[in-house]
Amino acid sequence: MFVLWAVATLTFFAIRLIPGDPAEAVLGGPGSQASQETLDQVRRDYGLDLPLGVQYLNALGRLLTGDLGTSYALKVPVADLLAAQIGGTLVLALAAFTVAWAIALVLSLWSTRGSRFAASLGQGIELTSAALPHFWLATVLIAVFSSALGWLPPVSTGGPAGLVLPTVTLAIPLAGFLAQVMRETLLDTLDAPFIVSARARGESERGIRLRHALRHASLPAISLSGWALGYLISGAVVVETIFARPGLGRTLLQAVTLRDVPIVTGVVLLAALVYIVMTVVTDAASRLADPRLRRAEAGR
Amino acid sequence: MNAHENLLEVDGLSVSFDGTAVVRDLSFRVARGECVAIVGESGSGKSVTARSLLGLAGRGSLVTSSSLRLAGRDLRSATERDWRAVRGSQIGLVLQDALVSLDPLRPIGREIGDAVRLHSHLSAEDARTRVLSLLASVGMPDPERAIHQRSGELSGGLRQRALIASAIALDPPMLIADEPTTALDVTIQARILELLADVKSRGTGILLISHDLAVVSAIADRVLVMKDGRVVESGNTRELLAEPREEYTRRLIAAVPTDKPRHTPLVPGGASVPAVASAPDALAPAVLEARGLVKTFPSPAGRFRAVDDVSFCLRRGETLGLVGESGSGKTTVARLVLALATADDGDVLLDGGPFSELRERDRRPVRRRIGAIYQDSLSSFDPRLSVRRILADASALAPEADRSSVGELLDAVGLPAAVAGSLPLHLSGGQRQRVSIARALAARPEVIVCDEPVSALDVTIQAQVLDLLDRLQTDRGLSYLFISHDLGVIRHMSDRVAVMKDGRIVETGDAASVFEDPKHPYTERLVADAPRLVFAP
Amino acid sequence: MSELDLRTAAASAAPARRARPSAGEILAIGFVLFLLIATVAPNALSSIDPNAIAAREAFQGPSLQHWFGTDESGRDIYSRVVAGTSTSLLIGVSATAIGLALGLVLGVLAGFGGRVLDFTVNRTIEVLFAFPGLLLALLVIVIAGPGPVTATLAVGLSTAPGYARIIRGQLVGIRSSAYVESARVLGHGPWRILTRHILPNALAPLLVLATLGIGQAVVWAAALSYLGLGAQPPAAEWGAMLSAGRTYIGTAWWLTVFPGLMIVLTTIATTVLGRSLTRRSAGQR
Repeated sequence: MFVLWAVATLTFFAIRLIPGDPAEAVLGGPGSQASQETLDQVRRDYGLDLPLGVQYLNALGRLLTGDLGTSYALKVPVADLLAAQIGGTLVLALAAFTVAWAIALVLSLWSTRGSRFAASLGQGIELTSAALPHFWLATVLIAVFSSALGWLPPVSTGGPAGLVLPTVTLAIPLAGFLAQVMRETLLDTLDAPFIVSARARGESERGIRLRHALRHASLPAISLSGWALGYLISGAVVVETIFARPGLGRTLLQAVTLRDVPIVTGVVLLAALVYIVMTVVTDAASRLADPRLRRAEAGR
Repeated sequence: MNAHENLLEVDGLSVSFDGTAVVRDLSFRVARGECVAIVGESGSGKSVTARSLLGLAGRGSLVTSSSLRLAGRDLRSATERDWRAVRGSQIGLVLQDALVSLDPLRPIGREIGDAVRLHSHLSAEDARTRVLSLLASVGMPDPERAIHQRSGELSGGLRQRALIASAIALDPPMLIADEPTTALDVTIQARILELLADVKSRGTGILLISHDLAVVSAIADRVLVMKDGRVVESGNTRELLAEPREEYTRRLIAAVPTDKPRHTPLVPGGASVPAVASAPDALAPAVLEARGLVKTFPSPAGRFRAVDDVSFCLRRGETLGLVGESGSGKTTVARLVLALATADDGDVLLDGGPFSELRERDRRPVRRRIGAIYQDSLSSFDPRLSVRRILADASALAPEADRSSVGELLDAVGLPAAVAGSLPLHLSGGQRQRVSIARALAARPEVIVCDEPVSALDVTIQAQVLDLLDRLQTDRGLSYLFISHDLGVIRHMSDRVAVMKDGRIVETGDAASVFEDPKHPYTERLVADAPRLVFAP
Repeated sequence: MSELDLRTAAASAAPARRARPSAGEILAIGFVLFLLIATVAPNALSSIDPNAIAAREAFQGPSLQHWFGTDESGRDIYSRVVAGTSTSLLIGVSATAIGLALGLVLGVLAGFGGRVLDFTVNRTIEVLFAFPGLLLALLVIVIAGPGPVTATLAVGLSTAPGYARIIRGQLVGIRSSAYVESARVLGHGPWRILTRHILPNALAPLLVLATLGIGQAVVWAAALSYLGLGAQPPAAEWGAMLSAGRTYIGTAWWLTVFPGLMIVLTTIATTVLGRSLTRRSAGQR
């Protein structure tokens, strides 16, 4: 809650730093040649004639009721606009998140099987995937799968086929990051004394991995999930734009280009909210997966 | 002896990693109901031996032997699948510290049940019954509750019992115990040793791996002494301890401080300490005094009193031993004395003047008079500084007339001058502890607080460091506040002893009277449970 | 002790291997050298004018004459990639410098400034973390307007909280370390402890952070250019080149693939170098 308030305050005052008259921005920028009366009218409509402190409190008050203001450019309530857009982004982010976890699990399990070749290859794949920028990966995927092979559509306007390329674009770099963390923990865990104990009990290699090591390896990856979702949302800005897919990211970029302040503020607040919720969920998930955390808290 | 009585037969066992031999030509037998111990210091190859017997020597290892038979079965050509059938059902393994040797994320009931599940076709219900009876047989109170707990939720002694239960779940004829009591307090160690003796009496053959001769003498029938991957000497435990034939074994036995009178050198033929150092004058002035120290930490149930009304005084030239088990508050006392933590109540006096009550700014010039040596000396050195810089920095704090050069300091602690250029990281554990002693000496202190100074060292190195501390004390008239969990070390080093339990000093007095005629029941139990070398044949 | 036995046995051969750089490290160093030459003396690597328009040679695929092909105006992609190195690297390095400097200020304030300041800075960092990735950068651009300079600033600002958190953690860790405590016990003063122990030990890892950070900053800056918010075409900057080539992706893949490849290789090279620096300094202690 504190973080949300701080984010709202920070954005509110930050956008006051924008040079130029917000009223002019509403009317389409300094080039609009609007008359003084129209400007005054706009100022009254948007509450821009009030003192800054009052404007701030008004904005906070509206925020509490879920009112994010009205878009300068589109002249519709921001809340409605975002409500219509958030679904697409969440579907994309969750799909990418799931795919990334699956890839990371398979990759890290495979690369720690013991052969030196698999280890270096796995490391190379992780390193490369984590280094791939979304915008380039998207372009290359379009070039290969849409333009050259024609398997998948280059624009994502709905339908499962359109979701594939954006999901893969977002998932591959994330999988690289997750797999790195998982592989390192997996290697550490496989050296742990309790693994020796389990082997000495007659446990098989598969049992060691499934019953013991995998759970340990997923702990750091789980705690990274909050960060990962933020990463996906910020990646969505690029990916949605390239694949012309409706969603928060594309809306945000358009708003940034048009300097449509209420929308930018709205998206930022929404992203912060998602991040905060994710942090809470992640903490809960970590505690569920790791009883040691529960005890540490009880002991505090 | 009938060949079938031998449970385990090992002949010519050699293990190497990437061409480097760590175990060479090792041969021994273990019979049913017999405990054979392998004793050695770190790097002797004893743990690798234990793991090779389970086919778990690890990646990159090459294990060869002319004979490796368990209960008459040849294991030399065993495949991984064969080994899995043997592990758990034929040989069990108990490692050091169950906190990390049992999966911290899984309840112990599941961990123990795994062994049952892997080697039998019991129903879930039967397996559960088996786990419960196993836990009861290793002396776990309330097994019904324990099976749902994880290793971190149990005390050190109980989780070690759970680990043993998981190793003997299928009643294997052979049990390998690798340092099974090393991380435990003496009183708990004694109970675990009793449990192992009980397992042995049921007919299980035990191979005990340990660095501690006293532990070995408590339970083993026969001993193999290992050094650098080879067996130096072997034989019946009592005979070997009473009449060691080899020089190395003699050194090992001499190095154990337990029951060796104060000022006796632990390294035979080492630099001689004046045979009769004058006993410190009982009326000598107190150089350091603690009065009613209290330190609390927040805890769920109000404030936890880590140190509770602790008072003692350290006279000039004497050693005061502070002994206690883990969690007794002895390290917190050290931090209070060094003014690294602030006491909630009470104060520390240095030479009759205030020390803990001073403002940090005023205390700083006095600080050099109280030196410190820590257990983990490596982390007490700035990783970027060479030995020379470390010592020079410290001696700059000594009074100008009284400064020693780096060379003199190194010489005083028996290190070659060539060490000056090295980083502590590149020195051995014993050398590091000597550097840390030299650093403490450099500032010309009157008191040195020694917090578990030898606990991380091998026994022969420990002996050298203890001898060095003893000699420095006599030469320089130092006073030591000597903190340790090891009763043998404390008794050997101290003139007077204070016994701590749960933040309080329960008994204090002359070392001899406290150990020979303990007044407090807790001290009595400590003394009784401390393992001793049994010499009498 | 059991663990130690195994490790000393296994580690005996390791140091010799560590001293020699691996194939990956050599490649990474080689690529960074290439980038440096491309920045300082682009003419040494390419003799073709990166902005020379030759309409007749438009859209040529990679060939011996044009290694990476030509773009819609017949400009040589290879020489443009080389020419763009300085811009892209400059943006990456300055953004990292800004982020690191800000992070250092925040981290030091939190690490040394007492409890109140630590709390405040920590909360600030926490709040800034709620703006995931590019979002903070986008906010800066809304305020300051698009362009290469604001893009640099935006990337720098949005990476600062990450640096601040790491630096703070490092300082707090060192401040409570056993060697700082033992210096206090000896009676060394706070100023001496700060300059002799804390700062040198805290600053050494910054080099690693910076190395790892440059790769990330280059990617982010390129992403902003790609979105039309940083450097603008026809400037020979990698992100801008990619953006310009996007239109022709179906017919002339080389317009986008090669500038993108440079970004990817830069990131990989800095990551490899950063990690090997970490490993080597860890091996030293």
